[in-house]
Amino acid sequence: MTNLTISRSYSLNRLLPLILAIMLGVSVLAVAGHAQSPTLHGAAHDTRHATGFPCH
Amino acid sequence: MFTRVVISALFAGCIAGLAGGLLQLFFVQPVLLHAELYETGQLTHFGSSSSADTHHTDSTFDLTRDLLSLGFSMAIYVGYGLIITALMAFRLDNDDTISLRIISHRQGMIWGLAGFIAVQFAPSFGLPPEVPGVASTSLEARQIWWLATVLATAFGIWLIAFGRTPIVFALAILLILAPHVIGAPEPQILQGPVPPEIASHFASRALGVGMAAWIILGLCCSYFLAQPDPNND
Repeated sequence: MTNLTISRSYSLNRLLPLILAIMLGVSVLAVAGHAQSPTLHGAAHDTRHATGFPCH
Repeated sequence: MFTRVVISALFAGCIAGLAGGLLQLFFVQPVLLHAELYETGQLTHFGSSSSADTHHTDSTFDLTRDLLSLGFSMAIYVGYGLIITALMAFRLDNDDTISLRIISHRQGMIWGLAGFIAVQFAPSFGLPPEVPGVASTSLEARQIWWLATVLATAFGIWLIAFGRTPIVFALAILLILAPHVIGAPEPQILQGPVPPEIASHFASRALGVGMAAWIILGLCCSYFLAQPDPNND
């Protein structure tokens, strides 16, 4: 039981930074690829079309 | 580990985004600008003022627009880089069969190719790269289908790569097929003003440039992640 707890907390410690990194990546993509504010859309327009995001 | 993943992804994403952005400006942008002339009505397809000029030479150099495209290309690939580097690190943590504790640059290129298939090729199978002016359905429906397809395909590819039983393999194929069997949202009326020659050229160029950028991304992520860490986290 003790071993199991230690092993779990160890793997959570390893996992948490990776989950944070993925969340950071998703936020960057949400802003650069999907957010629909007119300014952002105008600026990112060509890249969104070229990288296959649904744009308009 | 967080610092290591983030720094690797930043470097890799900037390199891949810059390379992809330059390829985009050189190969995709002329086609896109040509299509915009039809979108805005300056040229018409089968019209009285039908275009005699079939070359993509109408492009005007717009520094602000092109720099913004480069910047956003780098941002998008940093975003993808963060996700793919974190998944690589997860794989390194959880696979006892990886003896050297690194992902080689050759494997990195396969990671990049798999990423391209998951986020660009698979969604394109249902929603082709959109040339400006193309007819389409509501943006929200397409974004939902796009996201679901990316997640299902990525998970399916992961299961094919790392699963060990036939059932997992079968589940992976179902996951990859499902979005396309369900079908992407399609427009009711087809009314795009852009000639099919330009639209298909745009699609093939966008996919080709995307594949190149993704392979560079996978290569660079694995390279930077494998660098020795002075702080030994």
